[in-house]
Amino acid sequence: MTTLIEVPDVEPDAVAPKSKSAGGGLGRYIVVRFFLIIPTIFILVTLVFFLMRVIGDPITAAQGGRLPPDVLAQRIHEAGYDRPIIIQYLEYLGQLLTGNFGTTITDRRPVIEMLSTFGAATLELSINALIVALAVGIPLGMIAAQRRDKATDAFLRCFAILCYATPVFFSGLLLKLTFSVWLGWLPVAGRVSTRTELTMGQLAAPSGIYWLDALRSGDFTALGDIVSHAVLPAIALGLLTAGVFLRLVRTNVIGTLGKDYVEAGRSRGVSEFRLVTKHAYKPALIPIITVMGLQIALMLGGAVLTETTFEWKGLGYQLVQYLNARDFVAVQGIVVLLAVIVAVTNFIVDVVAALIDPRVRY
Amino acid sequence: MSTATIPGRKKSVLSGLPVISHVNKSVGLQRGMLITGLVLTGLFLLSTVLAPLIAPYGYSQLSDASGAFPTQQAPSGKHLLGTTVGGYDVLSRVLWGSQTAVTVIVVAVAMSIFLGVALGLLSGYFGGWLDRVLVVIADAIYAFPSLLLAIVMSIVISRGQSSFWGGILACAFSITVVFVPQYFRVIRAETIRLKAEPFVESAMVLGASSLRIITRHIFKNATRTLPLMFTLNASEAILTLAGLGFLGFGIEPSSAAEWGFDLNKAMADASSGIWWTGVFPGIAIVLTVLGLTLVGESINDLNDPRLRGRKRAGGKARNKATAGTDGMNTGATTAPEPETGSPEAGKA
Repeated sequence: MTTLIEVPDVEPDAVAPKSKSAGGGLGRYIVVRFFLIIPTIFILVTLVFFLMRVIGDPITAAQGGRLPPDVLAQRIHEAGYDRPIIIQYLEYLGQLLTGNFGTTITDRRPVIEMLSTFGAATLELSINALIVALAVGIPLGMIAAQRRDKATDAFLRCFAILCYATPVFFSGLLLKLTFSVWLGWLPVAGRVSTRTELTMGQLAAPSGIYWLDALRSGDFTALGDIVSHAVLPAIALGLLTAGVFLRLVRTNVIGTLGKDYVEAGRSRGVSEFRLVTKHAYKPALIPIITVMGLQIALMLGGAVLTETTFEWKGLGYQLVQYLNARDFVAVQGIVVLLAVIVAVTNFIVDVVAALIDPRVRY
Repeated sequence: MSTATIPGRKKSVLSGLPVISHVNKSVGLQRGMLITGLVLTGLFLLSTVLAPLIAPYGYSQLSDASGAFPTQQAPSGKHLLGTTVGGYDVLSRVLWGSQTAVTVIVVAVAMSIFLGVALGLLSGYFGGWLDRVLVVIADAIYAFPSLLLAIVMSIVISRGQSSFWGGILACAFSITVVFVPQYFRVIRAETIRLKAEPFVESAMVLGASSLRIITRHIFKNATRTLPLMFTLNASEAILTLAGLGFLGFGIEPSSAAEWGFDLNKAMADASSGIWWTGVFPGIAIVLTVLGLTLVGESINDLNDPRLRGRKRAGGKARNKATAGTDGMNTGATTAPEPETGSPEAGKA
C-alpha cells in the first residue's frame, strides 16, 4: 500500500494506458488492448445515436417545415424512422458492421463517400500540423530543459502556456491579418486555388492528400500553391499542440538530466549539448509517444475550428455545415468515423509504447 | 516563510486561503507567474462584477440618444474599440462577455464537480460491475474530442433556439459532459487509495455505515485536489465555450455577449482588413485563459513533488515539504522518477 501513496496525483498530462491485462507477453497485451477498442467505439456510437434521436427523427429535423405533413410522414415511413427506436438502433449497428453508413439527407450522397473525400483533407491538415508541432515543440522543449530556471526557460514556458491559451480561431485570425491582409504573402483561406483543384481532380488514382499527389505528378506550380495555402492552417493548429510537446519534453528531459548515467557522461566530459540531444532526450521520448495519442483527440477538435477558420473543406468544416443543415445522418457518420480514428490511434500508440518500454506491458 | 504558518493556513482548503500560502511559498520566477495569473484572473472577475458600471453601452445596444451606431467603425472617441458589423460596441461586448464566461464556468464546473465527485466516490468505494461500467464509459468519453462532444450536446439541448439562460445552460451542460469523466477518474483513484487506509478500516470495524464513511472520512480527503482542478478546468471551459460560440452553437448576440461568437462574425471582417472586431474579444479570451492557467499551473508546480520535495496530506508531510522549499533547484534530483505512464498502469 505504501508504494501507492508515493505515487503522485493523477496529472492531466499523465496517461494511464487503459489496458487491464495482467502479466503475459507483448502478444497478449496487444490482443487484450485491441479488444478494448470495441467497447470504446460501441459506447460512443450508442451515445451519439440516442443523443441524435432525442431531437426527433432525422427527416423531420432536416426538412420539417419545408415539406407538407403528409409527404413528410410518407418519407419518414419509407426510411423506417417510425419504427421503435430500439429496432432502428440494432439495424444501425448492423449497417455499421457491414460498412454501410447510410445516405446523407441534404445532398443525398453515400456517407462513406463523403467521409473519404473530406477525410483526406482533414488528414492532410493534421499531418501538416503535427509536423509543425514536432518541429517547434521538441527542440524548444530541449532548450528550455537545458536552460532550466533561466530567462530562456521562463520565456519558453510562457510561450507554451500562450500556445495553449490562444484558441485556434484567434491565432488563425491573427495569422490571416498579418500574413494575408497586411503583408499579402499568403492566401486568406481555402485549401487550394480553383485552378489547382481542377488539376488535382484530373490525376489518376489520387491519394486525396494534395501535396503528395502534386509531388508524385511532379507539378511544382501546383505544389507551391498547395503549400502556400497549407502554411497558415498548419501553424495555427500546430502551435496548439506544440505547446503541449514543449512542456512535455522539458519536464521529461529535466527528469532524465538528473539521472546517474547523465552525470557519468558529464564527468567524462561529454558536452552539455550532446548530453541533452543524445543522452537525456531518448528516454524522454516514451511519454511523448503516449501523449501524442491523446493529442490526436485534441487535434481533431482543433481541426474542426481550424477548418472553419480557414474554410478548409475537411471533415470538421463539413460537420459544421451538416449540423447547421440538421443533417443528422451525415453528422452521425462523421462522429462515428472520428470515434474510430481516436480509438484506433490510442491503440496504436499504446502498442508502440509497449514495444519501446517493457514496463508498460504489466 | 516559516514552517509554523503554512500548516495552519492549509487547513481551510476550500476557503481560498491556499492561494495565499502558495504565494508565500513561491520564489522568483514561479512567484512572478503566480502573481501575473492572479492579477489577470482578478481583472477578469472585476470586469464581470463591474460590467454594468464600466461598459459604455449595453451588450445588445445598437443606438443611443444621438442615433444608431455606425457599423464597422474603427476605434474612435465614442467607440473606444470600434463597432462590429452588426453595429455593436466592441468594448461593451468584450466587458459584458466576461459575465457570460463566468456564469457558464460556474454552472458547468459546479455540475461536473457534483456529478463527477458523486460517481467517483460511489464507483471507487463500492467497486464491482458499477465501477467497471462507469470506468469504461468515462474512458470512452475522455478519449473523444471534447469540442465535438460539446457540439453534439449543445445541438441536442438547445435545438437551435438560444435565449440567455437557454444558451448558458446548453453550453454549461455540454461542457459538463466533457468534464465529468475527468473528475470521476481523479476522485475514483483517490477513493480506492483511501479505502485501504487504516482510518477507513477502523471506521468500518467500528460499524460506521457506508454512507458515513464516504461522506465523513473519504470525501474530505479525496476532494483535496479539487480547487486545483477547478482552476485548470475553468480555462478549458472558457475555450470550449468560445469554440462553441465560434462555430455558431453558442448564445445569440441579442441575449448575451459571447467572445467566441464575436470572433466568428469578425472572421469575415479580417479579409477586408478590419481588425478591431476580432482582435479585442480574442485578447480577452487569451488573457482570461492565460490568467487561470498560470494560477492553476503555479499551484500545481508548487504542489509537485518533483519541484517541492514531498507534498501529501497533513502537517507531518508539510514540514518535509517546507524543508525542501529552499532547495527548489535541487529538488528534481531527489524526487521520484518522471512519470512514464507506467506507474498508473497497475491502478487503472
